[in-house]
Formats: sequence, structure tokens, C-alpha cells
Amino acid sequence: MSTIKNVQNILQRHNSEPSALIQILNDIQVEEGYLPRKSIDAISSELKIPLSKIYGVITFYEHFKLIKPGKHTVTVCMGTACFVKGAKQLIQTIENTLGIQTGETTEDGKFSARRVACLGCCALAPVVQIDGEVHGQMTPAKLQKVLNKMIKDEETENEGDVQ
Amino acid sequence: MTAEKQILICEGTGCKSSKSHEIREKLSLLIDEKGLEDEVSVSFTGCHGFCAQGPLVIVKPEGTLYCKVKLENAEEIIESHIINNTPVEELFYHDPKTGLKIEKYEEIEFYEKQKRILLANCGQINPEVIEEYIETGGYSGLRKALAMKPIEVIEVIKESGLRGRGGAGFPTGLKWEFCYKAPGDVKYVICNADEGDPGAFMDRSILEADPHSVLEGMLIGGYAIGASHGVIYVRAEYPLAIIRFKKAVEDAMKHGFLGENVLDSGFSFHLKIQEGAGAFVCGEETALMASVEGKRGMPRPRPPYPAIEGLWGKPTNINNVKSWAAAAWIFKHDVKSFREIGVEKSPGTAIFSLTGKVKNSGLIEVPMGTTLREIIFGIGGGIIEDREFKAVQTGGPSGGCLPESKLDLPVDFDSLQAAGSIMGSGGMVVADEDTCMVDLAKYFLSFTQKESCGKCTPCREGTLRALEILERITSGDAELSDIDDLEQLSKIIKDTSLCALGQTAPNPVLSTIKYFRDEYEEHITEKRCRARVCADLMHYQIDPELCIKCGICAKVCPVSAIPGSKETGYHIETRICTRCAMCYTRCPKDAIFKFPGAGEQ
Repeated sequence: MSTIKNVQNILQRHNSEPSALIQILNDIQVEEGYLPRKSIDAISSELKIPLSKIYGVITFYEHFKLIKPGKHTVTVCMGTACFVKGAKQLIQTIENTLGIQTGETTEDGKFSARRVACLGCCALAPVVQIDGEVHGQMTPAKLQKVLNKMIKDEETENEGDVQ
Repeated sequence: MTAEKQILICEGTGCKSSKSHEIREKLSLLIDEKGLEDEVSVSFTGCHGFCAQGPLVIVKPEGTLYCKVKLENAEEIIESHIINNTPVEELFYHDPKTGLKIEKYEEIEFYEKQKRILLANCGQINPEVIEEYIETGGYSGLRKALAMKPIEVIEVIKESGLRGRGGAGFPTGLKWEFCYKAPGDVKYVICNADEGDPGAFMDRSILEADPHSVLEGMLIGGYAIGASHGVIYVRAEYPLAIIRFKKAVEDAMKHGFLGENVLDSGFSFHLKIQEGAGAFVCGEETALMASVEGKRGMPRPRPPYPAIEGLWGKPTNINNVKSWAAAAWIFKHDVKSFREIGVEKSPGTAIFSLTGKVKNSGLIEVPMGTTLREIIFGIGGGIIEDREFKAVQTGGPSGGCLPESKLDLPVDFDSLQAAGSIMGSGGMVVADEDTCMVDLAKYFLSFTQKESCGKCTPCREGTLRALEILERITSGDAELSDIDDLEQLSKIIKDTSLCALGQTAPNPVLSTIKYFRDEYEEHITEKRCRARVCADLMHYQIDPELCIKCGICAKVCPVSAIPGSKETGYHIETRICTRCAMCYTRCPKDAIFKFPGAGEQ
């Protein structure tokens, strides 16, 4: 479905109510994975909210993304329990393995690394979320293994594409 | 007909992450295969709060608790326990203190010492089946309330002495009364489920495991105040909680507990679920309301208080998840039973997410007034590997760190505050000798600095400057006077910030300076981090006696700081080393050790 049509459907779901802006943005992000400029323009003209206001809201909330995320997202929980149990080392592991800092996406668009304030799985600390799935009681070695496997899977998939 | 035996699988976020739903499917399949579906039912529950032992499976009525269950154990549970009546001992809880295997839920120290009233249903009922909630007496509190006059309902809450469970401990009944008395025909109630404190997950667990209790509380509150509309504001990071609450709302509508003319009382109540978008400051009530209105979640000065001018400018009453659930509990039972728990000025229970370096981590509920020692060493089973206790942090980024000498402090709103911490929303993180207190203060402050909305200067600029001082201390570039500056700056931020975020942000700094000043001083004068955490003030060394010269460390080192060969062995060039910990985490023989101090340069 085209982006604009999509936006219109979502707006309809919320009765084009300007106060539902956050939910509208949320719904768009669920479908697109991020907030494309085109969609934001469409919301602005449909709801008659200045772009500056919408950007104000988007950039205020951690949850909204303006850049397309990678195919896989690796999120390290930085909650207190995870922090005390070595989340910093997990971030190191990710940065060393993927060659990117948290908040960035690899050049090939395959991996994004993020940190999150708390996933609320504190009893399983330290926690890493990979593509929405929570992995508890993580160690750098375990994480390295998971990442290596993901990288390898991606490579084989690419080779398959070439053939 | 109900089945004789029930197998309940925990499907809270924690257990679900270990694929507990697959275990349930397998158990279900096996029961069908054996033709036992009339005798044994298989169902799921929300979080038990004992996530580190998950996935958890309970067999009722005997109350056997199976821990760390794997998919391949399903067959054994059915064959041995269900068919041959021999519980599977291997899967019992293993007591880390005594080494004993314990079968029954209530005999485990972690549960034995708790008083679970708000968490009573968590792990015991299927949160997606409203009938199971009703069977436990659910919605009887609402019926009771609807038979009273609204002001009588408020009187009950006032008498109960219930104080706001969101952290500040304001008397709930009084808050309701303000809103009740406020002029206006349109009023709102809001449930604050924007559990943003890193290290706290009780609101998530209650919403996932017992959503109707929160809904019932909101209905009672709405009726008392005269609000026909409610909003629950839930963090988007809690998808399962949102799903379960949505289901609860649908079912409550079908049963006539929600919507027009609730239970033929003439009272109507409509509820909207709103997802947050990841801003810690939205836990502050005025910021939360701005966010519900679709704006940037920035707080505004109070007064006017929300009770007079809240959501859309109308009188609004806003309470935390646990406060709503507690209100429902009080009506389901009675004021006397509530007041019998806890202490005079803080009746009822306190819920904590006990995590960090304790043996049993999880969600716990204890009577107010229980000591920190009972919680950490009783329920929590003590420190992992019997290491030295160093501090306990309560109240998340708004709270403080308390040392060993405060362990006999009773946990209630007033005692914690007097000691320099707060109850907060209930995070309780235990730190041991490997936690650096300066680093921990820096961690919390960098969190609040990042989450500061930027509206008022003391919070926006002050937290940043304080963070810069902490960074200097942890990197060994500070002077002793920096501690005094930091203390003074913290007090200014506390006194002059607009909202609770700024007013409490310096708490972790002030409490660590108060109780762990020597550690701050050591960082500055000796350039040494005793917990071996601050990268610039610690170093790594290889123990030649343990080293097997495998060369893995040299291979993984990203900056080639480990010269040597398989013949001569290896050593770490402290000068080049970036303290990335790759070698430390990868050494197969654990032959690399951390030492305090920067090492030879």
C-alpha cells in the first residue's frame, strides 16, 4: 500500500483527531518501521498541524524513529538491574562485533543497535532484546555467539540471492 | 465441570521470553493424546514475580512449583506427575542456602516471607479469563461501592489510610476528595502505568497478570469522583500488558462492568488505553496529561493541581497502577483488614522489584515496615556468591543508595525519605563490592539528564553540569573541592526545579556522597576505583599461573595491547589497553583479573 493511502487509513481510524497525534505516529511507525518524511507531511496537511509542531512531538519521545532501522535490531536494556549486572560490557560486545555505536545502523542496513531505559525484565538481568525477543541472563560470550550466528545467516542469505 | 488437576504455565514477559507458551502447547497436546482432557486442564497465568527461576509451571491442587522448565520436560511432568502421581523432583526449586529441593510454592523462602495481597492473583489466575477474576471475589468491591454514595466511598478510602503507590505517598482518599469537590460536570480519572523507572516492573506484572483489579479500582474511583471517562497511560515498551488490558476492557464491557449504566446503577464509565512513547518525564502527572492530549510531555507548574484543572482543563484524578489495585482490594475486603497490614502511617503492603546482586530476584510484596535486611537477606536469600553487601538503591533515578548501616530501617514512605532515599515506584536494586558508587550515581544522573525535558534551567543545565563533575571524578581528573561543588549544585537543583524529575534527580548523588564519600575521595586522591569499574582507574592483568597460553586474549584484543606468543605467554600493555573487557570476558580459564588503580603507565 502506498504511504499516503496508509496514512489516510490510520488517520481515519483516529477520526483525524489532532489530539491523537501520538497514537497516529505510533501506528505509522508500527507499519513502516519508522516515520518517513512523506507520512509526516501527509499528517501535517491532513490535520492542519504545522510540521514544526509534529517534529517537536516526534523528537521529544525516545520511541519515535526518523531513520529507517536495520533489518535486525539489537537492543540492550540499560535498566538499573542490567546496569549493575554488566550491561556496559554487552554494549561493548555489540559495538566490537557490529562495528557501530548504539543508536546507529550498519552500512548494509542489516543491523541496528539501540539502548533502552528499561524493558521491565529486571529479574532476568542483564537483558538484550533481539528483533523483539527478550534474551535474559546474557553474557558477552552468549551475545557474541548469537550475533555471530545472525551475521552468518545474513551472509548465507546474501549468497543465496546472488545465485 | 472443572478438571481435577490444573497445570498452569507462567506467561509473563519473563517466562514468555523463554518460550513458555511452547511448553504450554506441548503439555496441552500431551494431555489430549493421553485422553486426560477431562481430568486435567492446561492454562496460563501472568507473572509470579520469580522470573529468574522461569519458565515456571504449577500443578494444582497440590501446589507443586516447577522451575526452569524446558520443552523436553513436558513429557516427564505428564508421565511422572500427572499419570503416576510422582512429582518430578529434579525440577523443584533449589534453595541456594540449604541446598534442599523444595516442592511447594508456599514453602519457598522467597514466597514464605511475603504478604501478597495485590499480587495474590498474579500467577494464580488466567488474566485473559474474566470469570477467573470474578471467582476470586473480583468486581464484588465495585458492587459494594456502587451501593454507597460517592462521598461514602471516598470516606472508606480515607479511613483505610491508603497512600499513593506511585512513590510520593500522598493520601489517596484526600486526593479523591479534592477532585470530587472540584466544580465541573466533566471529570476524568487516569491510571499512570508509565512505569519508567529503570529497575521497576511491578506495574507491568500487575497489568499482565491481574488487569481486572486495576480496572475495578478505576471504576470505583470514577464512581466516587463523578468521572465518566478514564484513561490508562501505558508504556509502549510493555506490549503484553497492553494486550492483556485491552482484553480485560472488552470482557468487562461484555459483563456490564464497563460502559453505559454499570451494573444497572445509573453510573456510566468509558475507558481509553493510551500508549506512551518513551519519555520518563511523562510519569509526572502534568506531563502525562500533556502527552494524553497529543503534545510534548512537558510538565507545568502546580497549582492549579490536576484535581482542579487536569486533562483538557477538567478536574482529574490520577493514580498509579498499584493504588488503583489497592482501592479495589479495600472494597473487596474491608478497611480493617487493610489497616491490619503494615504500620500506622503507611498501612498496607509495599511492592518491590528486588533485583541486582541478590540470590532470589523478583517481584515481592511485603507489609509496610518490613526491614531492608529481611527483604534482602530473607526473601532475597542474600548476596550472590555470598559476597559483601555494599548498598541498596530504592526509588530508581529519584531515589537514593543506602549502606549496610541502614539495613534495619523499616520500609515505609517516611523512614526511607528520612534516610535520604524514597519509596518511589518500588525498584530495589542491590549492589555488592563490584558496584562503584560513583559510577552508579553517574548512571542515574546521566539517565535523568537525558530524560530532562529541558523546560526549566536548574534541571536542564544543572544535571548536565553535575554529570560533567561526575565524569571528571570517574576519569581521575577531579579535585577534592569538586565533591563540595557537586553537593552544592545538587541542592540547588533539588530546591529550584519545576517538577519532581528535577527535584529528585540529585538524590542518587547526594545519598552516595553522604554514605560513600570515601569512595569519591579515593577516586580523586588515589586515582583508584575500588570496585574496578571506572575504566580510567582500574586495569587488567593476566595471572601467569592460570594462563594456558592459548592466545585467545591476544586475538580478540581490538587494539593489539596483548603482546606475546604461545611459547612465552602473554601480558597486557596497560598503556595501550582501552579496558574494553574483550579479553576478560573471553578468557577460557578466567585467568585475567581486574585491579584497582590505573596500573603502570
